Amino acid sequence: MGLLSKKDSKLILDPLADNNPITIQVLGICSALAITAQLKPSIVMAISVIFVLGVGNVVISLLRNVIPSKIRIIVQLIVVATLVIIVDQVLKAFAYELSKELSVFIGLIITNCIIMGRFEAFALGNGPWKSFLDGVGNALGYGIILIIVGFFRELLGSGTLFGIKVLGDSVEKTGLYAIGYENNGFMVLPPMALIVVGIIIWVQRSRNKALIEEN
Amino acid sequence: MEHVELFFKSVFVDNMVFAYFLGMCSYLAVSKKVSTAVGLGAAVIFVLTVTVPLNWLLDQYILQEGALSWLGAEFADYDLSFLSFILFIATIATMVQLVEIVVERFSPSLYNSLGIFLPLIAVNCAILGGSLFMQSREIESFGLALNYGFSSGIGWFLAILAIAAIREKIRYSNVPAPLRGLGITFIITGLMAIGFMSFGGMLTGGDDAAEGNEGGTAQVETVSEKTSKELAQNETQEVSEITPQ
Repeated sequence: MGLLSKKDSKLILDPLADNNPITIQVLGICSALAITAQLKPSIVMAISVIFVLGVGNVVISLLRNVIPSKIRIIVQLIVVATLVIIVDQVLKAFAYELSKELSVFIGLIITNCIIMGRFEAFALGNGPWKSFLDGVGNALGYGIILIIVGFFRELLGSGTLFGIKVLGDSVEKTGLYAIGYENNGFMVLPPMALIVVGIIIWVQRSRNKALIEEN
Repeated sequence: MEHVELFFKSVFVDNMVFAYFLGMCSYLAVSKKVSTAVGLGAAVIFVLTVTVPLNWLLDQYILQEGALSWLGAEFADYDLSFLSFILFIATIATMVQLVEIVVERFSPSLYNSLGIFLPLIAVNCAILGGSLFMQSREIESFGLALNYGFSSGIGWFLAILAIAAIREKIRYSNVPAPLRGLGITFIITGLMAIGFMSFGGMLTGGDDAAEGNEGGTAQVETVSEKTSKELAQNETQEVSEITPQ
């Protein structure tokens, strides 16, 4: 991190673990869970959010002195909506199958609480460069959880990663399946996303006791 | 029949929270007490009932491919659907603001109980999600759109009410320290979602078999409703067994 000062690198690294948007700040869970049944959509979603939050934070930070505070929510929503339309159109043009799979969840980046949360809490009070780092950092923290959840759900649920059969063929009984391993089809269903995130929170908070909540 | 089917489908089978995880942020943040949960839930029902039909009109007469033909033949092949995100969210934000002003003017007591939640609702995924699902499922008539908005709201209301009640009780139980608060809420929601999945059998074949023999499907529906109720009861028993530990 030679390029960045200590303070700047803290902006990026903090949200990756101890101040993670999903497991600690409880933001942006809506879209995080629905699209994590496989690894590929999770990664696309993470990249989209990194783009939207990085650019959006810069725009809001540049506009922060001209936005009247009474209508700031509408202004923020319009900025996000514009960026999300760009993402949506790009996906439709270059990865149509994937955009069909993500369906409405790309649109729902607009109401992803991380984005509004970072605009309100950071971009409205800080300069463009810092806001950019903060945006990218938080989106990365969000992306990491998405990728972890997507990894386990695809691996345990269908025995594949990116659609490649890493554990062997379940029909022809090769690899792990030869010794009696079975896919847990339950992992692919929506409720398991919640339980996997719950377990991630459990692991994280057992390792760092300072994060434990009061009952 | 169409309306009843859509109603039950949106409340139970396609429940906003348990099937699509929409509105999870406020669902987790505002579910510590039953009374506040009821307030937010009521506000969500209200805003969804207003915005979904409104956005349906926008979609039908402005956004869809060929929707502008009422303006004249030269507009007939315009397709503005890429603008739907921005138009939908603007409608929602404006409606929320309007509702806030109207409620404040005419019913201060309601404003006091709902007021603080209204700004939160503009960024609730459930609201935008309602409009986007309405668009992607191509709901046919204004009445059905109204029904869809209302019943999705009810589904969300039920979900937040249930989790708030469970969280009030769970305060008295000895949850492992790292799971306290957020962690256990996630896991309970997961268990509840498994319970709600059993409602899936309620409308099996509704789409394919509805044409032709409606009587037959109705019978199947009642039977599967019974079994799914039993399943759901078992599920709640499981949850309550976990709770008092």
